[in-house]
Amino acid sequence: MRSNLGFFSDEKFRSIFFQTLVVGLFALGLFFVISTTSYNLEKRNIATGWSFLQNPAGFDISFSPFLEFKSTDTHLKVYFVGVLNTLLVSITGCIAATILGFILGIVRLSSNWLLSRLVYIYVEFSRNVPLLLQIILWYSILIQLPRVKQSLQVLDVFYISNRGLYSPRPIFESGFSYVLIAILLALISSFLINRWAKKRQDKTGQQFPVFSSSIGLIFIVPLILFFILGSPLSFEHPELKGFNFKGGLVIRPEFIAMFLALSIYTAAFISEIVRAGIMSVSKGQREASAAIGLKQTWIMRLIIIPQALRVIVPPLTSQYLNLTKNSSLGIAVGYADLVHGFGGISLNQTGQAIECMAIVMATYLSISLTISFFMNIYNRSIQFKEK
Amino acid sequence: MKKLLSIFAVVAFAFSAHAGTLDDVKNRGFLKCGVTTGLAGFAAPDDSGEWAGLDADMCRAVAVAVFGDRSKVEFITTTGKSRFPTLASGEVDMLARNTTWTISRDVNLGFEFVGVNFYDGQGFMVPSALGVSSATELDGATVCIQTGTTTELNLADFFRLNGISYEALPIETNDEGKENLFAGRCDVYTTDASGLSSTRAAASNPDKWVVLPEIISKEPLGPLVRHGDHQWGDVVRWSLNAMIIAEELGITSENVDAQTSSNVPEVLRLLGVEGNYGEMLELSNDWAYQIIKQIGNYSESYEANVGPDTPLEIARGLNALWTQGGILYAPPFR
Repeated sequence: MRSNLGFFSDEKFRSIFFQTLVVGLFALGLFFVISTTSYNLEKRNIATGWSFLQNPAGFDISFSPFLEFKSTDTHLKVYFVGVLNTLLVSITGCIAATILGFILGIVRLSSNWLLSRLVYIYVEFSRNVPLLLQIILWYSILIQLPRVKQSLQVLDVFYISNRGLYSPRPIFESGFSYVLIAILLALISSFLINRWAKKRQDKTGQQFPVFSSSIGLIFIVPLILFFILGSPLSFEHPELKGFNFKGGLVIRPEFIAMFLALSIYTAAFISEIVRAGIMSVSKGQREASAAIGLKQTWIMRLIIIPQALRVIVPPLTSQYLNLTKNSSLGIAVGYADLVHGFGGISLNQTGQAIECMAIVMATYLSISLTISFFMNIYNRSIQFKEK
Repeated sequence: MKKLLSIFAVVAFAFSAHAGTLDDVKNRGFLKCGVTTGLAGFAAPDDSGEWAGLDADMCRAVAVAVFGDRSKVEFITTTGKSRFPTLASGEVDMLARNTTWTISRDVNLGFEFVGVNFYDGQGFMVPSALGVSSATELDGATVCIQTGTTTELNLADFFRLNGISYEALPIETNDEGKENLFAGRCDVYTTDASGLSSTRAAASNPDKWVVLPEIISKEPLGPLVRHGDHQWGDVVRWSLNAMIIAEELGITSENVDAQTSSNVPEVLRLLGVEGNYGEMLELSNDWAYQIIKQIGNYSESYEANVGPDTPLEIARGLNALWTQGGILYAPPFR
C-alpha cells in the first residue's frame, strides 16, 4: 500500500504533479473552447477573419472630438474613435473622482458634525445605488433641460440645452506658440526651483516660497507675454443656425452624464479609502507634530498624508481600473465609447462578434495594465525607504 | 495525442450537433420566437399582456403549424443588436423581428430569410412645428437612429448623397428613440415607415408629428432562421405562404370550415383535405387549416394589427396582393 504511494509521499513531487495537472487541465479546457468555437462558426457559415477592419464602416459617429470621422472611414477608425472616447471619459473621470474623493474623505473626518454626516449620506447613497441607474438618472435629468431653440444663456457666451453645453472655441493665432513655450519654460524652471529649494532647506534649514514663486512664473510671465504679443487668441462663438448651434465647442449630455455618474460614484469609494488611509496613521504622529509646533495644514501635508498614501494608493489603483471598465456602460446613454462604437455597431454591422469582442477585451486589458503599471511605480516611490 | 484530439472532436461535435430545429421544438413542447422589445402593430404586449402584432402572429402561425396550438410559443425580446447572436446561438428557433433581408445578413451572417411578411421603406418623422416638408431640408439636424440596423447605413448614404450634414444620436431601442425625440434631444427620428407610424401612434398628440414623404430605402422585413436547417426553414416559409395563399383563395378564419368542402383543388390541398403536404413538412396534414382557423389569413392579421382601422393607419400599399396592385406573392401550393 505504502509502496504504491511512494511518489506521493514526496512533497516536492506532489506539488509539481498537481501544478502540472492544473496547467494541463486549463490548456485542455482552452483548446476545447477554441476548437468547439471554430468548429461551430464554420458549421454555421459565420464569416471569420480580420479583413473586415479595412472595410468602410458605412455609419456615422457624431461624438468624435479628436478624430474627424466620416461614414466612408474604416471599422479600424471606428475602433480608434472608440478608444479615444473611452480614454477621454476615463481620464477626466479619474481626475475628478480623485479630487472629489480626497476632499470628501477629509471632510468626513472633520469635527463638523453636519458636514461629516452629509458626506456620510452621500457616500452611502452613491455607492449603494447601481452605477447604471445613476448614469440613466443623470441622462434623464440632462435631456429634460430646455430645447435647443430655448437654450439658457449664461454670461452671454455659454448656451445650455438638452443638446449639450456650447461654449466659445479658442482660436490660436500666430504668436500664441510663444506663450505656450513660455508656459513650458516656466513649468521646467519651477520644477528646478523646487529641487534647489529642497536642497537648500536640507542644508541650511532656510525655506523658499516655492509655491507662490511657481504660480508667478507659470501664470504671470506667460500672461504678460500674451499681452505684449497683442493677445494672439480669438474665440469662435456658437450661433443658432437652422436645427442646431454651429461653431464653438460643445460638450454633449451623453458625455456629461457619463462623467458625472462615473466620478461621483467612484469618488464615494475613494473617499472611504482616503478616510481609512488617514485613520491608519497613528494618533501619536499627529500629537507629536503638534507638540513640536507645526501648523495644522503642515501636519496634514507633511506628516499625515505621506503616511496615509502608502495605504491609499493600492486600493486607489483598483478604483481607477473599475472606473475605466465601468465606462463601458456608456452604451446605456449612447455615449460612443469603445464598447458602443466598435464592440456594438461595428460588431453588429459586420456580424464578426468574436473578433470584435477579442479586440475590445484586449484593449481594456492593455488600458488596465498600463494604469496598474504607472500606479505601481508611483506606489513604490511613496513607500517607506529605509535609510 | 492523436487519440485525444479525436475524442475532443467527437465531444465538440456532440455539443454542437443538432437533431434539427423542428425536432428540438417538438421535443421542447413550445416554440421560442425572437421578437422586438415592443413595437406596436408588429410585436408588443396588448392590454391583457398577450403579445400581439404582425410579427407575433407570424410566431403563432409557426407554433400552430407544429403543435396545432397558438399558445405554444415563448416570445423572447431582442434588440437590434442582440437579435442575430440570439438566433445564431440557438437561443431562439426563429426571428420575426422587423428584420430587413439583405445579402450580407443572408450570406455572411449565416441566416436564411424565408420570406417577406411586410414590405417597408425607411422614412423620417419630425415635429410638425419644425416646418420641414422634405428630408432634403434636414441639413444640420440631429437624428435619432437605432444602432446596428440597415437604417443606420441608409441614413449615412442618404445624407452623403445629398451633400448635407447631420448629427447621429445612436439609440438602442424604439422606446429610447421615442424618449429622445419627444424630449427634443433629436430633431428627427428615422426608421422604417411602419415603425414611424407606430411611434407616432404612441405619441400623446399624434398630430404634432409628421412623417416626411421621402422613402429612402427598400426594407423587406421577414422572418429568418439559421442557415443550413432547410427542413425547419421550409416549415417557417410555408407557414407564412399559407397565410398569403389563404388570402388569395379567399379563405378566412370564419369561412375555413365551410371551405373544406370547396370544389377548388388548391383550397383542398391547402386545407389538407387532398394530398399529403403536411407529411412532407413532417407536420400534421391540417397544419395550414389550423393556422387559418386560429390566426387567420394574411389580410386578417394585417387589418387587425397595422391596417387603416388601427392606430398605425398603414394602407396596404405594396403589401396588397399582386392581384390587387401590391407585390405580395406566394408560390403555388401544389
